Amino acid sequence: MSATMAEIGPYLALILVGFLPNEVWRVLGLVLVRGLDEDSQAIVWVRAVATAMLAGVLAQLILASSGALAAIPVGVRIGAACAGFVAFLIARRSVFTGVVVGEAAFVAGALAFGP
Amino acid sequence: MSPPTGTSTTSVTQGFLLGCRTAATSVFAFVITVTYIGFGALCHDYGLSIGWAMLSTAVQWAGPAQVILVTGLGSGIALIEIAVAVGLSSVRLLPIVVALLPLIRGERTKSWQLIVPVHFIAISVWVETMRVGPSLPREHRIAFSNGVGVTLLTMGVVATGVGYHLQAALPVLFGAAAMFITPISFLVSVARGARLLMEKVALTLGLVIGPALALNKVEFDLLWTGVIAGTLGYGVHRLQRMRSAAS
Repeated sequence: MSATMAEIGPYLALILVGFLPNEVWRVLGLVLVRGLDEDSQAIVWVRAVATAMLAGVLAQLILASSGALAAIPVGVRIGAACAGFVAFLIARRSVFTGVVVGEAAFVAGALAFGP
Repeated sequence: MSPPTGTSTTSVTQGFLLGCRTAATSVFAFVITVTYIGFGALCHDYGLSIGWAMLSTAVQWAGPAQVILVTGLGSGIALIEIAVAVGLSSVRLLPIVVALLPLIRGERTKSWQLIVPVHFIAISVWVETMRVGPSLPREHRIAFSNGVGVTLLTMGVVATGVGYHLQAALPVLFGAAAMFITPISFLVSVARGARLLMEKVALTLGLVIGPALALNKVEFDLLWTGVIAGTLGYGVHRLQRMRSAAS
């Protein structure tokens, strides 16, 4: 399967390398969860793993960015994330405030220090 | 952000509609719209069709994986490499599904009945269902989760089409800002949902261990981040319970 999109067309590529490797995790979750109940220790552990994995994903998105985001200096990305988080705490844990302030800080930083 | 008033539901239909309303008024309505306007514009940049772009949102429903797919296809790298990158970026969906399903399914729910609800599950749907779900009667929770999922996914598909058309009119910075909204919304919404000390520890350690492993080029870094930081968080939770049981 060293083929490229040009050989199999965009829609088949979407299903084979976009949909399937993505959806497999959802279906696998559905299979693994059988027999586990809400209060079991395994579920509590999985919740902690899910939280930690999300933290890893978001750190990766900020630190090792791709595409248009990569053109913005890493200091701006980290600074904006911190600004958003502090705003979230100050605004009594308002997610909306955190997102808006984080985005505003990002745009301001990108205009000041960006390409 | 607070759930709409009267969160107790009396029918499955009401559960679904409450899910729709909760989604439409949540911060994720904004986050998904911005994310997918950016994604639509990205697809235009890479010369993919609008139908393809909207179908990608409908069938993948995972922002980072979609960006990886489009940029990968656009740069002409081997499909197998793209498939691996997409798969690795979406591992997070597995623990989310496992953590959410026991909360929403009923005693007699069959696995096949969950195939469709499971497709809708994304970080946004997880966060909203974990927040509001426990206050609802168990038999209405799947409907609620579906309502959240259908609403946000529809918004995502529409925003993809809108972004595709707007591509030429969008400022250059918009693409970067749209991509930044995913990590910043993950950060604050997961912090918001982290009520237990266990989750706070897992979040904080994940933020430290994740980059440390990635920096050292450890294979399957996300998987290890989840297992190591998650297990340490869980350990703290057990210690806490042992102490409170002893005192």
